[in-house]
Amino acid sequence: MAALNFHFDIDGEDFSSAGEASVEMKKKLRQLGFPSDVIRRCSIAMYEGEINMVIHANGGSADVAVYPDKIVIVLEDHGPGIPNVELAMQEGYSTATEQIHNMGFGAGMGLPNMKRYTESLEIETQVGVGTKLTMVVAV
Amino acid sequence: MKIREIAELLHAEVLSGKEMLDTEVQNAFCCDMMSDVLAFATNQSVLITGLLNPQVVRTAMMLDMHCIVFIQGKEPTPEIVSLAEANDIVVMVTQESMFCSAGRLYDTGLLDAGEE
Repeated sequence: MAALNFHFDIDGEDFSSAGEASVEMKKKLRQLGFPSDVIRRCSIAMYEGEINMVIHANGGSADVAVYPDKIVIVLEDHGPGIPNVELAMQEGYSTATEQIHNMGFGAGMGLPNMKRYTESLEIETQVGVGTKLTMVVAV
Repeated sequence: MKIREIAELLHAEVLSGKEMLDTEVQNAFCCDMMSDVLAFATNQSVLITGLLNPQVVRTAMMLDMHCIVFIQGKEPTPEIVSLAEANDIVVMVTQESMFCSAGRLYDTGLLDAGEE
């Protein structure tokens, strides 16, 4: 069955607006009648990704494909890339600045949370080029 | 317990979501790190925090939380209050510390939202 596709541009200039795309996606999934657990997992995973893109990559884009049995979230940016993915996946590891910590993020839980709440998390990244995350949440 | 009872117990000023004060809540989570809230808190709990930015409200929205308590008299900006109001989230401000706020709520039988 063909997917329903939603595209979101994520503004990297303004931290205070970070998360707006995730809120929009959450509303759409609710309108489509998905179970609350599925909506919660998609929302948290995308929100963490959105925050990461604003903190580290000056924004990017999110594409959400909705199928009856799964939701695929693709986050893509043209930021600095992740030099060591294994390290970045460790809970507590973060390269975020003091300023980001003061905003309540940068605890090193972003990627681990995305993994925790999704069935699969695929990371394609190249230093100096950007990062593409593909997450799948089963319904 | 009802959110209204939390406001009374903490002598808190309610700034948004006044029509939601009779909503029942079962658990609460205290934290200034929103990443930890996303990692460890359960749905529909009360968030007690000293962090003041719109991400607090968005984090609460992701977890379908109904109530945010700002501690130590920290006044949220109008932007934070209107974002909460638009999303049916009660925002209140107490003069109490995080320790005392949590202690008073724990005493009433409210559960830890970090325990599955």
